[in-house]
Amino acid sequence: MLTNEYIQQRLQDKFGDAVSVFEETYGTLSFVATKEQNLKVLSFLYDDAELKFRFMTDLCGVHYPDKVGSELAVVYHLHNLEDNVRIRFKVFTSVATPDVYTATGLFATANWMERETYDFYGINFLGHPNLKRILNVDEMDYFPMRKEFPLEDQGRIDKDDEMFGRGGNITYNNADQTAPLEQKH
Amino acid sequence: MSEQHIKLPEGSIEKTTTTLNLGPTHPATHGVMQNILELDGERIVSTEQTIGYIHRAFEKIAERRPLYQITPLTDRLNYCSSPLNNMGWHMTCEKLLGVQTPKRVDYLRIIVMELARISDHLICNSIVGVDSGAFTGFLYVMQYRELIYEIYEEICGSRLTTNIGRIGGFERDFNDIAFQKIEKFLDEYPAVLKEFENLFNRNRIFMDRLIGAGPISAERALNYGFTGPNLRASGVDYDLRIQSPYCSYDEFDFTIPVGTTGDCYDRFLVRNEEMWQSMSIIRQAMDKLKQFKGADAEVYHADVPEYYLPQKKDVYTKMEALIWHFKIIMGEIDMPKGEIFHSIEAANGELGYYMISDGGRTPFRLHFRRPCFIYYQAYEELTKGAMLSDAVIVMSSLNLIAGEMDA
Repeated sequence: MLTNEYIQQRLQDKFGDAVSVFEETYGTLSFVATKEQNLKVLSFLYDDAELKFRFMTDLCGVHYPDKVGSELAVVYHLHNLEDNVRIRFKVFTSVATPDVYTATGLFATANWMERETYDFYGINFLGHPNLKRILNVDEMDYFPMRKEFPLEDQGRIDKDDEMFGRGGNITYNNADQTAPLEQKH
Repeated sequence: MSEQHIKLPEGSIEKTTTTLNLGPTHPATHGVMQNILELDGERIVSTEQTIGYIHRAFEKIAERRPLYQITPLTDRLNYCSSPLNNMGWHMTCEKLLGVQTPKRVDYLRIIVMELARISDHLICNSIVGVDSGAFTGFLYVMQYRELIYEIYEEICGSRLTTNIGRIGGFERDFNDIAFQKIEKFLDEYPAVLKEFENLFNRNRIFMDRLIGAGPISAERALNYGFTGPNLRASGVDYDLRIQSPYCSYDEFDFTIPVGTTGDCYDRFLVRNEEMWQSMSIIRQAMDKLKQFKGADAEVYHADVPEYYLPQKKDVYTKMEALIWHFKIIMGEIDMPKGEIFHSIEAANGELGYYMISDGGRTPFRLHFRRPCFIYYQAYEELTKGAMLSDAVIVMSSLNLIAGEMDA
């Protein structure tokens, strides 16, 4: 039986300081690997005769604007189908050089997932065979899921949106309020 | 017209293959997606898929919404079986919040989920029929999808995008008409499905069209992240209902049908068999519901005052209920901190929800693992070297739902 402690032990023996922050949340082991080691960790988990994490359930990006120097994360969800154990690990990268090695060589399924992550977070997967936008238009020149793009403020009043109950012929007493709110970009 | 006025893409005169756009609004795509096929005669040389035509940025929108307002977003993923998405979402929230649902709620949920699975599979399979030239089966089973939609309507009031259930249970108990309709469905549908199978399963023309079309080996399917009926058709008995049971599925007795070659015919047969299994599960759940007596037979939600809206009569008369009502509606409840991945066996495969909560009122990050999005990338490999007509069949037998693909 494959336990989380055993997986953690194996990873620490193999990678030492390159893997850290081991946690068990809701029964799933999660940890952080350095971005240079992501492929080595993936292929170790894949090839090892006991670990056998050979199914990639999910791959997605996360943006942590407060973590200066490691703002972007790529999250890998792997699944050992034989022992039914799941594992999750993250690699962090800075928003200035968002380069991470691609997992497409190991998992064909990573292809579109990485394209999606690139599309929304701008993470540049080195070695990806076809890294281009997938859900957004090709002409888009920003990465919309990053936190610096807030969703529209429901209270904004500069927009004429009479059908949805705002704008139109509403008059405001305070002249300042009628000025368009500055949209962050 | 002189030649200089015709702007052809570079190399298009020299090349010997034909480019054909299948989609985005081709009747055979059954959704908005585009396949650019390179054809040599009628053989497919390569394909390229373009998706994202109905991308609605659900993951972004969800970052500004309290949990209960995200349920309507999940409706619009796989809109052929929205109750499954809703239930998956509620279970994710319950797992994060540590809510234990009563047994009766689990059984009611299983009934709804299996009805949704049947409605999804019957659409998919009858569409395979339509795309191979057999329209009759489609119209015939459609009236039973209508009956399923009527059951949803009795339970939650809507049909397609259901927003069914709440965190902790259901918004109201199933009424008698709902149970009668479920009984009616269980009584009548087996004969219809049998007839549907008689029409298709051993039909020579249908078999010739489907057998050998778009096969995938188990190894490739796993590498491509296939789940659900498409993976089982290639011989892997991976079903989350068995492997990591949620919602009391471990108390039910059913089998997982598997195929061997992973071609369109196997996918068709697996889905058909799953409908039989689903009906048996619903029957078992109905029997289990009868064991509840007295007050237990009226339980339809767990006790989660922070997330489950209080009864209206209490809101008007009790201070505390009014406060909770206000706080829930305004989304003023802070979630526990944590990261969670929960997945359920949706009609198309493993539907996963990955949520990061930073202790705020809305998810910090929410990611949907959409099975459609993941297995559509195998389409090129499935159709390489096949005939043009196979491209259509493969597409419909994979059960590609644009809403789920584009999120």
